Amino acid sequence: MILTRRALMFTGGALVAAGAAGCSVTGASDPAAGPTSAGTGGVPTGTVNILLMKQAGWTEEDWATVISKFTTANPEITVNPTFVAYEALHDKIVTSAAAGTYDVIHMDVIWPPEFAEKKMIADVTDRVPSSWKTDMQGGALQAALYKEQFYGAPAFPSTKLFYYNKDLMAKAGVTEDDITTWEGVMKAARTMMEKGVSKNPIAWSWSQAEAVVCDFAQLLGSFGGAFTDASGKLIFNDTPGQQTLQLMVDSLKDGTSAPGSPTFLEDDVIKAMQSGDTAFGLNWESAFRDLNDEKASKVVGKCGVSATPTGADNMRPGVNGAMAFAITVGSKNPDAAWKLIEFATSQGVQDPLAESAMPNWISSYSNPDVVKINPEVFKACKVAYAESILRPQVVNYNKVSSILQVEIQNALLGIKPVKTALDDAVTQGNQSLAG
Amino acid sequence: MSTDAVRTPRRRRSSTSRVQTRFAWLLLAPAILTVFGVVLFPLYRTVLVSLFDVRSALDPAPAFIGLGNYIGMLQSPSVWASLGRTFYFTVVSLAVELVFGLALALLLNAPLRARWLFRTLIVIPWAIPTIVNAAMWRGIFNAQYGALNALLTQLGVIHDYVPWLSEPWQAMNLVILADAWKTTPLVAFFLLAGLTGIPHEIYEAAAVDGLGWWKRFRAITLPLLVPAISIVVVLRTVEAFKVFDIIYAMTRGGPANGTAVISYYTYVTAFSDQNFGMGSAMAMLIVLAIAVLCLTYLRLIRTSDMSLL
Repeated sequence: MILTRRALMFTGGALVAAGAAGCSVTGASDPAAGPTSAGTGGVPTGTVNILLMKQAGWTEEDWATVISKFTTANPEITVNPTFVAYEALHDKIVTSAAAGTYDVIHMDVIWPPEFAEKKMIADVTDRVPSSWKTDMQGGALQAALYKEQFYGAPAFPSTKLFYYNKDLMAKAGVTEDDITTWEGVMKAARTMMEKGVSKNPIAWSWSQAEAVVCDFAQLLGSFGGAFTDASGKLIFNDTPGQQTLQLMVDSLKDGTSAPGSPTFLEDDVIKAMQSGDTAFGLNWESAFRDLNDEKASKVVGKCGVSATPTGADNMRPGVNGAMAFAITVGSKNPDAAWKLIEFATSQGVQDPLAESAMPNWISSYSNPDVVKINPEVFKACKVAYAESILRPQVVNYNKVSSILQVEIQNALLGIKPVKTALDDAVTQGNQSLAG
Repeated sequence: MSTDAVRTPRRRRSSTSRVQTRFAWLLLAPAILTVFGVVLFPLYRTVLVSLFDVRSALDPAPAFIGLGNYIGMLQSPSVWASLGRTFYFTVVSLAVELVFGLALALLLNAPLRARWLFRTLIVIPWAIPTIVNAAMWRGIFNAQYGALNALLTQLGVIHDYVPWLSEPWQAMNLVILADAWKTTPLVAFFLLAGLTGIPHEIYEAAAVDGLGWWKRFRAITLPLLVPAISIVVVLRTVEAFKVFDIIYAMTRGGPANGTAVISYYTYVTAFSDQNFGMGSAMAMLIVLAIAVLCLTYLRLIRTSDMSLL
C-alpha cells in the first residue's frame, strides 16, 4: 500500500493551505461592506436577532411583551432574542462579531468608543431624528454617542440610586434626613451597629467586575473627582480619588460594610437587602422592584430610595449606567433591526415598563400617569439624572477598568495602601491608553 | 516464458494496490478531515494570529509583528503571575484528587454490602456540569447567605459569617476544593479499575507471610497501581493546567486577580481586551506547557517497569 507518512502530511498541508487561502488573518472582510447608515427604503422584512442583557432593566417577560406587540404591528419581521448576564455581554458581542450572529446588541455606555473604532457597530446618525437630542435624557443619549455620531439608540437612562431599609433605620433612631450625605450614612451605619440593629449595615458590589468601578465612580463624583483630565489622561489617584478609596477601605475595616462586599455583584446586594439584615445599598433603578418582590423579599414596602448621598460641596453625580441598542456591521437586516429599535425606544412602549427601567423621554418624568407607576424611583431619578459622572470614554476601556478593579481590591484587601494602589492603577492605565 | 506472462501478474498487483490505496484514503478521509479541520487548522490559525497585532475580530488587515506578542507576553509580570497560580492549582488539585481518589477507590474495592450503591452514588459529583458545580459552590461559600456559614454557625464553629472567597489565597484553595469535589470520583474510578486488576492471590500470599495492611499497601497495591496512577496524573495535569470554567463561574479571576490562572487570563486578554494576537500567543504558551508536562511525565513514567505507557 502506497499510503506513506509523507502523503498524509502533504494532504494535511494542502488542507491547511486551502483553509488559509482566500481569507485574511482574522477571516474578516472589509467592514465597509457593512450596513449603510441610512435606510434602504421599502418595507423591512426578515429576522432580527437581538442580544440582550439579563440583569437590570426590562425582564425577559417585559421583552416578551414588547416583541409580541412589535411582531403584531410588523408581521413581516421575526425577532429572536438572546439573553446573557451583563458580565458575559461584552465578550458575547465580541465573539459573535465575526460570524455576524446578531443584528442588534445591547450596548453599555462604556463601549461605544471600542465598538465604533473597531468597526463592529454601524453609524446610524442619519436614521436618528433630530428631536431625540432635545426630547431624551442627556445621560441616555450618551450611551449611543461617540465623537458626536450616533452608533445606536438610547435604550434607557440609568444610574445607581441609594436604597435604605426604613424599618432598621427606625429601630436605630435614624431618619431620612440623617442619610443625605455619605458622612451621615456612615454615622447612621455605626449607630445601627452600636444598637445591634444590623451587624454590617451597608452592602456594596465590590467584586472584581465592572460593578466595583461603578460604585467607585459614584463615590468619586461625590468627592468632586473625575477619572480623566481635559487631555484624557487618567487622574483618579488625586485627592478625591484617595478620599473615595479610603472611605471604601475604612468602611470594610470598621464593619459598617458587609465583609462579603468584595465578592458581591449588584444581585448579591439586592439579596442582602431582601434578607432584611442589611440597611443600605447602592443599586440600579430596577432594584426597587426586586426589593418589593413578594416572592423573594422580606422587606416588601419597608425600603426607601433616593438619589445618591452627597459628598464634598453637596456634590452627588451618579454613575452613568445608561444602555443603548446598536446595529452590528454584520447585520443582514439593518432596516428591520432599526424598526425594532425605534419601537423599543418609543415613549408609548417605554412608559408602561417604568417599573423595570426608566424611560428615555424627558416628558415622561412629569406625566402623572407614568410617574404613578413607580413614584419613589421617579422622584429619586429626577434628582439623580441632573448630574452624572462618566467612566473614561476610551477605546480600550475594558483593559483600564480591569486594572482599576484589581487595584481597588488590592486596597480593600489590605494588599496595598490606598495611594499606592491608585498610583499603580493610574500608571498602568495610562500606559494602556498610550499603547 | 514470455515477457507478457511476467508482466500480467504485476499489472494485476499494481491495479489491486491502487484500489486498496484509494479505499484506504476513503476510510481515512473522515479522520483526516477531523484532525486537520478541528485540531490542526485552529492550531495553525492560532499560531498565525499570534504573529499579528490583531485588536479586532473584524480587522481585515492587522499589522504583522513577528514575535512581538511572544516577547510582550514573556515580559509581562501578569502572565508569569497567572502561570504561577496555574502551577499551584495544578499541583495542589492533583495531590488532593490523588490522595482522596485513592482512599475512595480502596473503600469502593472493599467487600462492603451494597457496594454497587456506593459506586453509583460516587459518580454524581462527576456527572454534574462544571458550570453548575461552580454555581453551587459559589452559593455555598457566599458570605451573606451561604450554606457553609449557616452550617458552621449552627454548629458553633464560627460566630460571624466569613467571606470565604474574599481573600486571594483562600479563594484559590476553595476553588481547588470545588474542583476536587467534582473530579475525585473520576480519579477514584481509574484507580478502582487498577485495583480490581490486582490478583487477590498476591494479597493472600502476603497475609500468609504476615504482612500488615500498611506493608501490603506499600509493597503490593501502590506498585501495581502505578499504571493507573500514571494515566490519572497525565490526564488530570493537562485538565488542571487548562482550568477555565470553574474560575469563570466562581470567582472571575478575583479577588485581586488571586484566581486568575493562565487560561482565564488568556480569555480576558483575547476577548475582553480584544487583544487577539497576544491572546493567541498565550494560548500557544499553554499548548507548549502542556506538551512539556506530558513529555516529562511520560519520560518519568516509562522508567517504571510497571508502567503501561
